[in-house]
Amino acid sequence: MNLIDIIGPVMIGPSSSHTAGAVRLGLLAASILGGQPVQAEINLHGSFAETYQGHGTDMALLAGLMGWTPDDERIPEAEKYAKEGGLTYSFKKIDLGNMAHPNTVLFKLTSASGSYCEIMGSSVGGGQVKVTEIDGFPVELTGRLPAILTVHIDTRGVIALVTSTLANAGVNIATMRLFRSNKGGMASMVIECDEAVPQEILNLIGALQQIESVRFIASVL
Amino acid sequence: MKKEMLSLNGWIDEATRWQQSLDEFLIDYNMRELECSEEDLLAKMQDMLKVMEKSVEYGLTGVRSHSGLTGGDSKRLVEAAMGEHFVSLLGEKAMDAVIYAMAVGECNAAMGRIVAAPTAGASGVLPGVFFSLKKHCQLSDEVLARGLVVAGSIGMVIAERASLAGATGGCQAECGSAAAMAAGAAVAMLGGSAQQVGTAVAIVFKNILGLVCDPVAGLVEVPCIKRNGACALQALLAAQLALSGISSFINADEAIDAMKSVGDSLPCALKETAGGGMATTPTALAWAKQYFAGAHK
Repeated sequence: MNLIDIIGPVMIGPSSSHTAGAVRLGLLAASILGGQPVQAEINLHGSFAETYQGHGTDMALLAGLMGWTPDDERIPEAEKYAKEGGLTYSFKKIDLGNMAHPNTVLFKLTSASGSYCEIMGSSVGGGQVKVTEIDGFPVELTGRLPAILTVHIDTRGVIALVTSTLANAGVNIATMRLFRSNKGGMASMVIECDEAVPQEILNLIGALQQIESVRFIASVL
Repeated sequence: MKKEMLSLNGWIDEATRWQQSLDEFLIDYNMRELECSEEDLLAKMQDMLKVMEKSVEYGLTGVRSHSGLTGGDSKRLVEAAMGEHFVSLLGEKAMDAVIYAMAVGECNAAMGRIVAAPTAGASGVLPGVFFSLKKHCQLSDEVLARGLVVAGSIGMVIAERASLAGATGGCQAECGSAAAMAAGAAVAMLGGSAQQVGTAVAIVFKNILGLVCDPVAGLVEVPCIKRNGACALQALLAAQLALSGISSFINADEAIDAMKSVGDSLPCALKETAGGGMATTPTALAWAKQYFAGAHK
């Protein structure tokens, strides 16, 4: 950790995992959906389910869904802003079993254009977060760096096509993870980059034959 | 090649060898690390101090937490100190350090804005010590900003050798580390030597070793807010001893390593899980039961 990590960040209290981390999970979820949702079913597991009101986890999650950052002073009033802004929401307790991280949330989000997405993520300590599942598909997304998320058909050479497109655009890849349901089936790539990826590059990747969808997820740290 | 661990002893030796003050040495170090100018580094620290000052102000308005469990104590302390029959046990510097530290703890619990330095739960200790010394020792904003670089650098060593998280090392790693950071910074800000900064850090860990993390109902309120006040006092005590020329038989790095080893041997129940300590007293359990029932009706 460097000096800025230790003397910071500026955040709304009371808990880096239950408040600041919750905002970041909301931010990531909205980013994965492709914008602010109009409808959100928010399912809380473990410690999140037990202590969400005392830590303001509920307000922090809504704040993130509305695109606010962890130091936004409106966070304690996020419910009011959500209602005024036309975001319909509900909180539910769920049990994801012993294997799930104690601070886990499962978002079921609908966007203004009608697209629907289920996103599961955990606040893993010190404000660090991890999205672990998108629409039932396993991923690993931390929000530390800007990232590209693809859904594609598992085919020979598809990774080379995507990475060479990024290389030609001068984007450096920091980390990369691959997931697939089965050989030749649906697969996914999470590529964390050192810089934001411009829309025209995303369009190029999206136009590749094997790519079903490509999304850009901004950094939330 | 194995990466060498950060060492406070090493920095102290190097600063002494180059006849640099520790704050000067650490500012150079962090400028290189962050690839920024001294001006930018200190400006960033000033920004953090401004947020801390606002947190103190908000806490002192007497805010209560959302759970209703805590709040208003820092304000109560200020009012008591102004009362006619007040008996001062601490003296002004120590009293103000406690007041400001608890004010930030109450601001944090009430969902106010804080600097998580080193963490949200221990965010009161540094402002407590810094703003009391600013007021009573006439320290300039620049001295405070340089002091914050010293505090943060001590935190970097602790984060690498041990941990700053209550969930990993107990409260000794969280409020205890904050106290060690504040104590070292206080020595540096008051003109102590690099060696004395290390001594203050070591003394804090000797005095708070074993402190467990046992929040009632898992909330950052009881006993966290008062622990911020208590650890601000520990910081002043350690700084006082070090500045008086008292040495520590155990050096700073070894004291930090001892804190880690104690943290590792603490059971999970005493590391932020509300499974032991104050959190499982009958009073705490009864309150938590009622609170959770209310939260989920």
